[in-house]
Amino acid sequence: MTDRRRLVVSLVVLAALLVAIACVALFVGGAGLSPRAVVRALTGSADAGSVESIITLGLRLPRVVVAALAGGALAVAGVAFQGLTRNPLAEPSVLGVTSGAAFGVVLAQIAGLGASVTDALAVAACAFGGALLAAVTVYAIARSPGGLVIQTLLLAGVIVGIFFSSAITVVISIVDVDRLGGVVHWLLGNLSPVPAGSLAVFAVLAAAGFGLVLASARELNLLALGEEAARQLGVDAERLKRRVFLAAALLTGTVVAFTGPIGFVGLVVPHVLRGVVGQDNRLLVPTAMLAGGAFLLAADTVARNVVAPAELSVGVISAFCGAPVFVWVLRSRARAAA
Amino acid sequence: MSALVAFREVDFAYPRPERARARRFAFERLTFAVDAGEIFGVIGPNSAGKTSLLRLLTRVLAPAGGEIQLDGRNVAAIASWELARQVAVVPQEAPRPFPFTVEQLVLMGRYPHGPGRYFESAADAAAARGAMAATGTLPLAPLPLEQLSGGERQRAMLARALAQEPRLLVLDEPTSHLDLRYQAETAELLRRLNRERGMTILLVSHDLNLAAELCDRLLLLHDGRVVRVGVPGEVLDQALLEGVFGCRVVVDKSPSGRPTVQLAWATERR
Repeated sequence: MTDRRRLVVSLVVLAALLVAIACVALFVGGAGLSPRAVVRALTGSADAGSVESIITLGLRLPRVVVAALAGGALAVAGVAFQGLTRNPLAEPSVLGVTSGAAFGVVLAQIAGLGASVTDALAVAACAFGGALLAAVTVYAIARSPGGLVIQTLLLAGVIVGIFFSSAITVVISIVDVDRLGGVVHWLLGNLSPVPAGSLAVFAVLAAAGFGLVLASARELNLLALGEEAARQLGVDAERLKRRVFLAAALLTGTVVAFTGPIGFVGLVVPHVLRGVVGQDNRLLVPTAMLAGGAFLLAADTVARNVVAPAELSVGVISAFCGAPVFVWVLRSRARAAA
Repeated sequence: MSALVAFREVDFAYPRPERARARRFAFERLTFAVDAGEIFGVIGPNSAGKTSLLRLLTRVLAPAGGEIQLDGRNVAAIASWELARQVAVVPQEAPRPFPFTVEQLVLMGRYPHGPGRYFESAADAAAARGAMAATGTLPLAPLPLEQLSGGERQRAMLARALAQEPRLLVLDEPTSHLDLRYQAETAELLRRLNRERGMTILLVSHDLNLAAELCDRLLLLHDGRVVRVGVPGEVLDQALLEGVFGCRVVVDKSPSGRPTVQLAWATERR
């Protein structure tokens, strides 16, 4: 099978999976709507003010879209960081980038930014700034003349993550409780419905990040040869790294701004995909967008329903999946290196 | 014959020594030329500047003064992907970690022929197959590079460079990981590429005997200076080598009539 064919087949299968999970997510939930009521709401034959319309179109559908977008963006950010660092363990939350973005969002929230479209943009910008700051710091710590040392990179990520988490704690401690609003709940990683205008901002920013990584997919493959060899093949390695770095920070920052710090999606999804479509970033980037969406949507549906009528935060589910995968990859790499 | 590569009074110095005690390395007014169609060898002791010379040629490093020309054009003025269509490099070491297969590796060599493409074209795939066939790596195509032996990896790296279809093939220590049989095969392959495709070959090697056997001309480099350029018989001169390498050597003749160099083990070092 050629690469192009494999990509098309994978995308079709993943799109079908995503739609199937989205259907499940639309039909189940704490409100106990009958399937017929949901269909009525979806087809528009129910009253706009009816309970089924409000729950299905006002709560569940936006949440499905947010989950699919956030999961896809995080998975693509994971593939991007993994390509840049040439390490399958690199991932926004492992590298501390998620915490950096979260710090930016906390600052924006205590500054009183709300949910209007311009405010949403400003919050996203703060998250992007935080993500970029964390990513650059980790990169600067781990960089050495011989390239990136992987242990140093992971430790640097942990340290930077702890630093920003502590900074968030400091801010929360010194700020008035009533100005904190939903910050604590948000910090657990939460997919609440986003207003349509903000959702559009989210979609545009995520699409921009995705497009940048997608356009760099072939060059990211060549980066695996080493920077010098990539340059000798005609790749502008510095520009490539800057572009992918910015895109990955943008994807991470955007997701954190709209959903909170959700970890490990960028680790789990690319890891599973590598087993299916192989190591080629040209296949990984587009499939990660769909597979990440499917994964986070499934995780959120579980989070919404497993302890109903209460709700788990989706970050908990993704971390429960991510931690074992992290250990697995770490161990198998240790074995391969021995 | 016209010069394909020309270094004209090239000045270069690393910004600072990598180790504090290491001496500062520099090229001063480095001048030499590689003719189109020849096999040209660069030899010399460790830290003579052999690899730096390749990095300057491929624009990984930029000269502080002077000019490096490819076919009469300053390489600094050539787009990087266009340069990669003319000059292919086989590095000393295969990259690690490297998750891709041999076929994917070789296809990477096609990047400069269509940097805007998302997937390689059918012509790219054909060129990659040809490069693998020429290096005997076709049966290894579906295997991950990391699973191969050192010699197989080296041949796969050579296949990637051939997939670039370059006019100038640059090799950094091409036989350092190869056993005798593959050394002989690699030497034969390089000769064939040179003869049949008219490919100009620039190789950097510690192996004086391989260089003597394979190269039309040699450049002896020492501390960033050209000591001598000429046919192997002229450059591999006992007194000259002893002065540059700082040890006693015996220069003899191989069955093919080329010089061979051996350490004079029995005598004490100077």
